[in-house]
Amino acid sequence: MAYPMYEVDWSVLPPDQNRRFNPAFNIATIKQVVNEAIERVAPVSVRMQTPTRLRDLIRQIRAARTAAEERSVVNKECAYIRSTFREEDSVWRCRNIAKLLYIHMLGYPAHFGQLECLKLIASPRFTDKRVGYLGAMLLLDERQDVHLLITNCLKNDLNSNTQFVVGLALCTLGAIASPEMARDLASEVERLIKSPNAYIKKKAALCAFRIIRRVPDLMEMFLPATRSLLTEKNHGVLITGVTLITEMCENSPDTLNHFKKIVPNLVRILKNLILAGYSPEHDVSGVSDPFLQVKILRLLRILGKNDAEASEAMNDILAQVATNTETSKNVGNTILYETVLSIMDIKSESSLRVLAINILGRFLLNNDKNIRYVALNTLLRTVHVDTSAVQRHRTTILECLKDPDVSIRRRAMELSFALINSQNIRVMMKELLLFLERSDAEFKAHCSSAMVLAAERYAPSSKWHLDTLFQVLLKAGNYLRDDTVSNTIQIISSAPGERQAYASQRLWISLERSAVCGDSTEKQPIIQVAAWTIGEYGDMLVSEASNAISMVDDDGIDEFVRPSEEYVIDIYQKLLWSTQLSITTKEFLLLSLAKLSTRFTTQPSQDKIRVIVDTFGSHIHIELQQRGVELSQLFRQYANLRPALLERMPAMEVVSTGERDDSDTEIEPAAPAHTTQPDQDALLDLIIGSEPLSNGDVEHAPPAANNNTTNDILDLLSGLDLTAPAQAPMGVMGAPITTPMSVANNNVSPLLDGLFTSPAPITQMQAPDTIVTALDRNGLKVELHVQRGGETATITMKAHSTADTAMSEFLFQAAVPRTFRLDMMSPSGSVLMPQGEITQLLKVTNPSKTPLRLRIRISYTIDGNPVLEQAEVNSFPTDLFN
Amino acid sequence: MMQFMLLFSRQGKLRLQKWYVAHPDKLKKKITRELITTVLARKPKMCSFLEWKDVKVVYKRYASLYFCCAMEQEDNELLTLELIHRYVELLDKYFGSVCELDIIFNFEKAYFILDELVLGGELQETSKKNVLKAIAAQDLLQEDETVDEALRDVGLL
Repeated sequence: MAYPMYEVDWSVLPPDQNRRFNPAFNIATIKQVVNEAIERVAPVSVRMQTPTRLRDLIRQIRAARTAAEERSVVNKECAYIRSTFREEDSVWRCRNIAKLLYIHMLGYPAHFGQLECLKLIASPRFTDKRVGYLGAMLLLDERQDVHLLITNCLKNDLNSNTQFVVGLALCTLGAIASPEMARDLASEVERLIKSPNAYIKKKAALCAFRIIRRVPDLMEMFLPATRSLLTEKNHGVLITGVTLITEMCENSPDTLNHFKKIVPNLVRILKNLILAGYSPEHDVSGVSDPFLQVKILRLLRILGKNDAEASEAMNDILAQVATNTETSKNVGNTILYETVLSIMDIKSESSLRVLAINILGRFLLNNDKNIRYVALNTLLRTVHVDTSAVQRHRTTILECLKDPDVSIRRRAMELSFALINSQNIRVMMKELLLFLERSDAEFKAHCSSAMVLAAERYAPSSKWHLDTLFQVLLKAGNYLRDDTVSNTIQIISSAPGERQAYASQRLWISLERSAVCGDSTEKQPIIQVAAWTIGEYGDMLVSEASNAISMVDDDGIDEFVRPSEEYVIDIYQKLLWSTQLSITTKEFLLLSLAKLSTRFTTQPSQDKIRVIVDTFGSHIHIELQQRGVELSQLFRQYANLRPALLERMPAMEVVSTGERDDSDTEIEPAAPAHTTQPDQDALLDLIIGSEPLSNGDVEHAPPAANNNTTNDILDLLSGLDLTAPAQAPMGVMGAPITTPMSVANNNVSPLLDGLFTSPAPITQMQAPDTIVTALDRNGLKVELHVQRGGETATITMKAHSTADTAMSEFLFQAAVPRTFRLDMMSPSGSVLMPQGEITQLLKVTNPSKTPLRLRIRISYTIDGNPVLEQAEVNSFPTDLFN
Repeated sequence: MMQFMLLFSRQGKLRLQKWYVAHPDKLKKKITRELITTVLARKPKMCSFLEWKDVKVVYKRYASLYFCCAMEQEDNELLTLELIHRYVELLDKYFGSVCELDIIFNFEKAYFILDELVLGGELQETSKKNVLKAIAAQDLLQEDETVDEALRDVGLL
């Protein structure tokens, strides 16, 4: 029987038009003769069984007019291929796998070919091996169980006498090595690095690179063989050797020191490359082997970092590369770019740094967008070394904020933030506000929070600070980070009275405008801040004194018109009855409205407020309904308590946001944060009145005789059980309320929190907490933020996801030893979005003061697969309960 | 290190995919789909780099084909452009003024060339000549084998 050939002819075109590179042209002719012979000799039945050739299949698929037609061709072929696999047809296996690989590329499932690939690899024919390994690289990944089988095949082929078979095996190992495979085959690879054959040597070196990437522990065994790679002449061996050494140096500081002594070798190789004349083999537009040059420059950077001696040894060569490289083409700029990075990273001479910054300056003005991008990127990495040099390019950088290309804009934005200082803050913020307004949604969150940070750090005046915050709130809209709202409220709260009046007027303008324009849904954060501020300082807004405050803005326009009390309430009504606003925003507004009832004086406004509040008694949302009912009681039976209960909030201490973990700008160490506990106690006094809290701030509390009434109100307000042990008053306050309430939003709303809900979000902002990482697995990171509090520790569980898909049905459970008591609040949600966060509050009471042990169990569903994680956390501080 | 390389047409059809990191098939498809859409949406005047998720995508269009590499943050973007160009040059030399059809019908050859240029996501050979020599020698090995077997089958050997 005729033995099948793998793709009888190699080209697309008929032989007479074949313009292809064909090393075996004579053989092709012979083949043709042989083919014809086969056609004549072979019986008809054999020819009938011949499967479609790859080329014919591709033609058929390409000829399909519709997707359905294509699917039917593919399905038919797949069914046929499957059947040949079942029949163990080894004759056509190679061709069938090749077809399957094409089908796989079109996006159809091809996993059933995995084992067939292994069979091909095991075949003695080179053609089979070549296609088999190609299939293995495409169809297998390291999760597959077939790996054991392939490890054996690889082991065999790594010992082959044919260099190309060894090469195929190394190539496959480099592409799909799993940790187990790496362990099993490391010694083979190490042997091959020492091979005298450059073709094998270079491939083995890169295999070692991948093995170390996968299993860093295996590095040691490669060390002796690696050094000698640099003495080779062959560029393939040199570049792979440098790559391998770079990986090793990044892997461990010890190895880094070990390789410090190769700096002279590297310098020599680089010098030879620059000085040697034209060599056609490695030349790229007049530059000798840019690939090797860049790799060496990068390794030099790693070796010279924080090492004066090594840096000294490479100063000259870096200067030479920086001055001698031709910059008219991309290759030259590639090398310059790498050189600049190295100069800025090592302890180089100052003249060299000037040279480097100048190169970047030229890059920034280059017409090529790619070069400009690279310049911005590099300036960002060097800005900490020499800020003033980068400042010189500020105008150009700000110009780049307007670039139509998102990549350039992103770089320019990052760089702009790095350049802000107290001198240029006004100019920079103006540009950045323009940018924020026009930017895409993906930038808004990051940009606005960076602006808030910068404003806090460099604000020239508190008025400017407030104005800027309002602008950011307005322009970032709903993309704003949640904590900005509460931070802004804190800043207003702790500002002097005149500033508060100013804030309420400024915010009134925004509130009124968005209520009238109907774009309030897109700007909920500023509505929240405005509601809070007007609720607190509404009396200043409507009083005649407000005329005295200048509302002229930067453009010289004064848009403020003092509203009447009724008009303010009309606007509130409009917003509160809007169906689009979030529950949180409405909570802000409702409470603010209630507060206004004690700020405003005219009877019509009082009546209006009462009517609006009453309507919420039947609101569909339980939380709002509860507030509606409670507040309307304050207009009736318990009206005498209203003024005291709705007193102005005491000034909140501003907690520096500098401790945020995701801030990427460098921030001075934050001042030790004061706890806001006293304020909360004061608030608690307000409500609990006669409860034994020794805060002293009890002047607004009703007389003791009223105790019963107070308790009634408390019941009304929160269903609070006052007989519960008061060891952690806030906790007890919070606990029963949190449960029925939806705390899905992380919005910190001090107004609500202080009066009615759990104080947890506020305590979260207090620092420093002890952070214990309980779990970090499969893209899920669970941190426990522990806060001491005598016998009771408050633990905030924060689950953060870096997975690509959402985790649903997320459930966090915890258990403590018997001597402890554990109270768990409801979580902030059960769906963990990518990059999202779920928080849950735990309170651990421990009378015995023994160290805390916590066992946790987390279950969730990702991509439809249920996952269960368990862990025991013992790393809490031992003095947690003292 | 290169994480993956994709070749796709202006119509968004995938022509070649090479992965140096292990991902489940589903994720690979998702990444491919999203990336192709994002790159195709970019205007010709824009720069060749794209920060996308945690990788840096470097892409370049040659005639109707997009060559697209996902690199790590530390990698030199401009050098990646050179690497793409080198691959195109090799394809061109091998096929003789390469076009998209060559890569469609001889995709396995395109893979073989890439595998002689890049291994495990890093460049392994900087000499064009050496790459082509290795490919030619392996092609010859296949041809020899084929002819040998054919001759043996018809009883000529």
